[in-house]
Amino acid sequence: MALLRIENLGQAYKDAVILTDINLSLERGEVFALIGPTGSGKTTLMKLIDLLTKPSLGSIYFDEVDVTEAESDRLAARRRMSLVQQKPIVFNMNVYDNVAVGLRWRGVAKNSIREKAEHALDLVGMADYAHRDAKTLSGGETQRIALARALVIQPDLLLLDEPTANLDPNSVSKIEEVIEHVIKEHEISVFMTTHDMVQGQRLSHKVGVLIDGQMLQMGKPDEIFNAPQSKEVAEFVGIDNILAGTIEKKDGELADVKVAGGAISAISGFEKGESVYALIRPEDITLSLARDGGSARNVFGGVINKIITLGSLVHIEVDCGFPLFVVLTARSTIDMGLVVGTQVFISFKATAIKVIRRWS
Amino acid sequence: MSEIWDGLVQAFQLIFTFDSEVMSIAGRSLWISAASCVIATAMCIPLGSVIHFNNFRGKSFLVSTIQTLWSMPTVAVGLLVFLFISRSGPLGMFGLLFSPTAIIIGQVILISPLMLGMVISALKGVDKLVSETAVSLGASRVQKAILVIKEARYAIMSALIMGFGRAISEVGLSLMVGGNIYQYTRTIPTAISLETQKGNIELSIALGIILILIALIINIALHMLQRKKA
Ligand SMILES: Nc1ncnc2c1ncn2[C@@H]1O[C@H](COP(=O)(O)OP(=O)(O)OP(=O)(O)O)[C@@H](O)[C@H]1O
Ligand SMILES: [Mg+2]
Repeated sequence: MALLRIENLGQAYKDAVILTDINLSLERGEVFALIGPTGSGKTTLMKLIDLLTKPSLGSIYFDEVDVTEAESDRLAARRRMSLVQQKPIVFNMNVYDNVAVGLRWRGVAKNSIREKAEHALDLVGMADYAHRDAKTLSGGETQRIALARALVIQPDLLLLDEPTANLDPNSVSKIEEVIEHVIKEHEISVFMTTHDMVQGQRLSHKVGVLIDGQMLQMGKPDEIFNAPQSKEVAEFVGIDNILAGTIEKKDGELADVKVAGGAISAISGFEKGESVYALIRPEDITLSLARDGGSARNVFGGVINKIITLGSLVHIEVDCGFPLFVVLTARSTIDMGLVVGTQVFISFKATAIKVIRRWS
Repeated sequence: MSEIWDGLVQAFQLIFTFDSEVMSIAGRSLWISAASCVIATAMCIPLGSVIHFNNFRGKSFLVSTIQTLWSMPTVAVGLLVFLFISRSGPLGMFGLLFSPTAIIIGQVILISPLMLGMVISALKGVDKLVSETAVSLGASRVQKAILVIKEARYAIMSALIMGFGRAISEVGLSLMVGGNIYQYTRTIPTAISLETQKGNIELSIALGIILILIALIINIALHMLQRKKA
């Protein structure tokens, strides 16, 4: 029995359609990560789930009760969940009261409030701040208080809207640690949004990719990251090489995909003549100065077009009839003496390529 | 010129010797206006909340009407109250005319639009995220309203002080329905206007100084609240 079920949910403001036909369900104890580019509608969906706004279309069921419309049902459901907002604000009172207020609203007994609030503050490492005016807290401290006041009510469903965006690495790991702790300790369901795909992958059981208000793909984390079903998802999960082509030849599992400026061998279930995209992760491509592909089926000669250094990694664009992106360490780039114009060889295995259908 | 100077000297003597007449008039003024203010506050906070937290047709018309009433002339309110509570008026049987109660009723009517309007804009001034966060944390409609009122507390206190300032300084209304009766309904403004006519300059100046002091304190308080809000 799903704790949360969403059916054909749509949201529009005036003429602007923000969300279209969202369907999902969340079981007890399940952690769902919603990823998607900025402006794709993640926060909008969050607010619908937290029952802060009403949808233009569709229904929301919490614990199998339809909570789309009736205010009394919505309040009852809302009191069993809590949301850490993307940009949380605190009330003009001290830190302790900010954490305790949700319990007071639920009519929890006084002595029990004290115990729970202190425990929650302790959990996020803010026990010493209880008497501070909450308005004077820093951004990261405010984020922790927002987490504490969400956890203190022991929700059945915890909603986290970008819980670690704009935080330094230390605060991120502190918050992630707390989230992981509560997921393990209490059997609560978590619905979180994140820009950080690694975070989504690590913390969640299920990932949904929301692009332009549409849930383009939903599934296990590694499914999403290794087998995106569309160009948009592939782009979003960081697959830099997306080549449009058609299946030219089919030999058992092995297919030749004709792309602009060449052909590559891939493993694919598609038939001859079908329009496809070939997806290749840059880290699956080997770059060398001599033609030595080993067992790789795809070996191309090419010229370095562009070199972009990002920290300790270097993104290299090679023109081998079609452009391919390769990632190397800064070290090996220097050791190999790679510069723009260097003649290189590119190789990758047929199994490193993911072929997906291309519409129109 | 010497008349003013003598008046000033004697006025300070009256103030610093805590002259019983000066003190009783000032005290009466303070408690009457304070009572008006408390009653108006007790009405305006709930009423302002009802208006602010609900959406209904004609809401913006209602709010702008309230704002128009801010500048109601005191004598007009005086006349209205007079007509209602004079012996032949609909509330004549209570015998309220020329009593402190009559002044309080008039002052409440006079300052309520101002305070109501300021309460509404104080509530409006609270970040929408406060309401949203409260709802998200499980507040009912009433709990949310109470929280928003608390968040607006400084602006609401400003409204209260503004109302008090207008009540304590108006003269036309108190004169008309209070009657400026010695030791009963005589307040600072009515006493000043009467004593000045009688040539009792030092008493007028003393009361005037006290009124200015009250105004000063009000302004300092307002200023401090404004700073606190920011
Ligand atoms: N009340 C509103 N009225 C009109 N448009 C809105 C409203 N709220 C959000 N939008 C629009 O809806 C779209 C989705 O916004 P939303 O905040 O859900 O994006 P998001 O995925 O959370 O983005 P981010 O990753 O930047 O937080 C945006 O284009 C935004 O401008
Ligand atoms: Mg967002």
